[in-house]
Amino acid sequence: MEVLHIATSGSVDDGKSTLIGRLLYDTKSITQDKLEAIHAASKRKGLDFTDLSLLTDGLVAEREQGITIDVAHIYFSTPTRKYIIADTPGHIEYTRNMVTGASTAQASLILVDARKGIVEQTYRHFFIANLLRIPHLVVCVNKMDLVEYSEARFNEIVADFQHLIAQAPFKEQEIKFIPISSLYGENLVTRTEKLGWYQGDTLLEYLETIEVDAADNQHPARFPVQYVIRPRTTEYHDFRGFAGRVASGHFSVGDEVVALPSGKTSKIKTIEKFEQQLPVANTGDSVVITLEDEIDISRGNLLAKAGQAPRELKDITANICWMDQQKLVPGKTYLLQHGVNRLKAKVQGVQEVLDVTKNEIIADKKELGLNDIGKISLKTAQPVFADTYAANPANGAFILIDEFSNATVAVGFVI
Amino acid sequence: MSNKIQWQFPQALEDEAIYILRETAAQFERPAILFSGGKDSITLVRLAQKAFAPGKIPFPLLHVDTGHNFPETISFRDELVKSLGVELQVRYVQDSIDQGKVQEETGKYASRNALQTVTLLDAIESLKYDACIGGARRDEEKARAKERIFSVRDEFGQWNAKMQRPELFDMLNGKINMGENVRVFPISNWTELDVWNYIRRENLAIPSIYYSHERQIIERDGMYWPYSAFLNTVDGEVPFTGRVRFRTVGDMTCTAAVISEAGKLEDIISEILEAKISERGARIDDKRSEAAMEKRKQAGYF
Repeated sequence: MEVLHIATSGSVDDGKSTLIGRLLYDTKSITQDKLEAIHAASKRKGLDFTDLSLLTDGLVAEREQGITIDVAHIYFSTPTRKYIIADTPGHIEYTRNMVTGASTAQASLILVDARKGIVEQTYRHFFIANLLRIPHLVVCVNKMDLVEYSEARFNEIVADFQHLIAQAPFKEQEIKFIPISSLYGENLVTRTEKLGWYQGDTLLEYLETIEVDAADNQHPARFPVQYVIRPRTTEYHDFRGFAGRVASGHFSVGDEVVALPSGKTSKIKTIEKFEQQLPVANTGDSVVITLEDEIDISRGNLLAKAGQAPRELKDITANICWMDQQKLVPGKTYLLQHGVNRLKAKVQGVQEVLDVTKNEIIADKKELGLNDIGKISLKTAQPVFADTYAANPANGAFILIDEFSNATVAVGFVI
Repeated sequence: MSNKIQWQFPQALEDEAIYILRETAAQFERPAILFSGGKDSITLVRLAQKAFAPGKIPFPLLHVDTGHNFPETISFRDELVKSLGVELQVRYVQDSIDQGKVQEETGKYASRNALQTVTLLDAIESLKYDACIGGARRDEEKARAKERIFSVRDEFGQWNAKMQRPELFDMLNGKINMGENVRVFPISNWTELDVWNYIRRENLAIPSIYYSHERQIIERDGMYWPYSAFLNTVDGEVPFTGRVRFRTVGDMTCTAAVISEAGKLEDIISEILEAKISERGARIDDKRSEAAMEKRKQAGYF
């Protein structure tokens, strides 16, 4: 059974939480006691409707203010697959939490209020979905009930959105437009006559057809070593296995592999998963690999197929999203974590800062603060074996950690 | 819904959990598995077994014993530990009471559930654990749905929901200062159904109280409470025999039973698919207020 990760984003009051609540309700994924609890809570708040956002806004501070602050993870299943929704905040102040929720998504839902059309936050959300190279994007034109289910209005918003798409760097993104009403559950799971002019899929129909992880298995094979298994028991006296999860591509028994950074090569002797011996390990599989030869490999090293190794980088240029209250300090050394490999990296400089709402460089700005997106250069203490994010997302991203506060201060995408 | 699919376990969840457990073993010096003997912690132990095979599980188990456990769970725990050859540490809420660190609740709703936080934090401090692996799932409760996989806690074990570290892709940052610790949740993305389907696929043993059995119960607030010496009853609450089972294993004073004839795993799964009440709908500890879980987590609860 497959798992599809979805991230939702939208401006405050675009009806994101209602959409999720409705999806859960219409797929019968919400139990009676939870529903009764939010009925009661809505009443206590003096609302004359059931506020479905109370399902997902799990923090006191969120319910107080009626906004989403941090990502909530929500689950539902259909006979086809299991869905994990990252319900991310729409508020600009919480952009970092939006990126957090979107980073693992295969499909991103952007909500647009049919009355308002594209607003500043729509640019931001689209930019981030595009920067993260999320393969599928659904623009849900919501509140169609408030524009008399007008086809003309829908087409107008689609046309406006096409201008954004024309400027976007990640052209392969598949983009669908669906007119919906979250409040009445129209075109989410069930169709409506009122939107009879719309011939395409409902939201759920579309989500059901997305191919999961199809691309990752085609990428070059990368296996970050997490942990060396060395039991030293009588039974497994000489066993030395490399535990990890295949980040991209696939490995088979007998493949010639190169270990990085040593550059030494060997052949895959076995691929093991608990008591099973596997002929091949695909993207996403957590396995233990043993090699024909005794070569020195430790945590943070990377296995690739011989002849298909990623580039060795000591100078990295990357797009980053800054996520900390404290600004980026040029010249400061941070910890760079690429996959499971952690090393020191010094920020050489900020090359440019972007205004994502206009998709242009801010001419006079050379510093990055909370929620800013820009391009920086870094020098690393040891070589990093990364692909560009565009070529292989699974091996092309990193995070920066502040050595003193231990906070995760940025996410980066190797150019 | 098609029945066939509902019995399937999404394999990606196991691979993810194993990845998280290996990160925990690699990034921390002294991790431990919080083990209650319930289905989620049994699942964690199985995953740890798989993550490090053919080596041994590199974590001890920590059980915070409220003293109000179901005896069936304790005997199950001891057998499991013996069969796996892992180390078990037990810390008792009774000791915290005797030391004057916490005070027993009184009245009809008295429970030791909240008290165990203090015992847990003392255990973490004295045993010097820097990471505690828990079987919490985000589908259980809406405050849990907000928590990261590596959840950093301060030296008082407190969760600061507004200041959580961003968690990007699968890169986990477990870097902490002395005194802080991280709660690790490898099965965050599993649902109750996923856990049961996994237990079924892996053929794991579970405590007998998950299956239908006869037990003395009382009816209170529309729920069936297990009758025991720990439960403070009031006039009119007369125990009677019912055929019940439990959906979660907590303390005997905070876990309600459900009427059930489910005698095997398949029956349990069918029952969950039909259920109108969520899993934690039978957790009396969650009924205290809308923010009961968030408040407990702020105080250091796992």
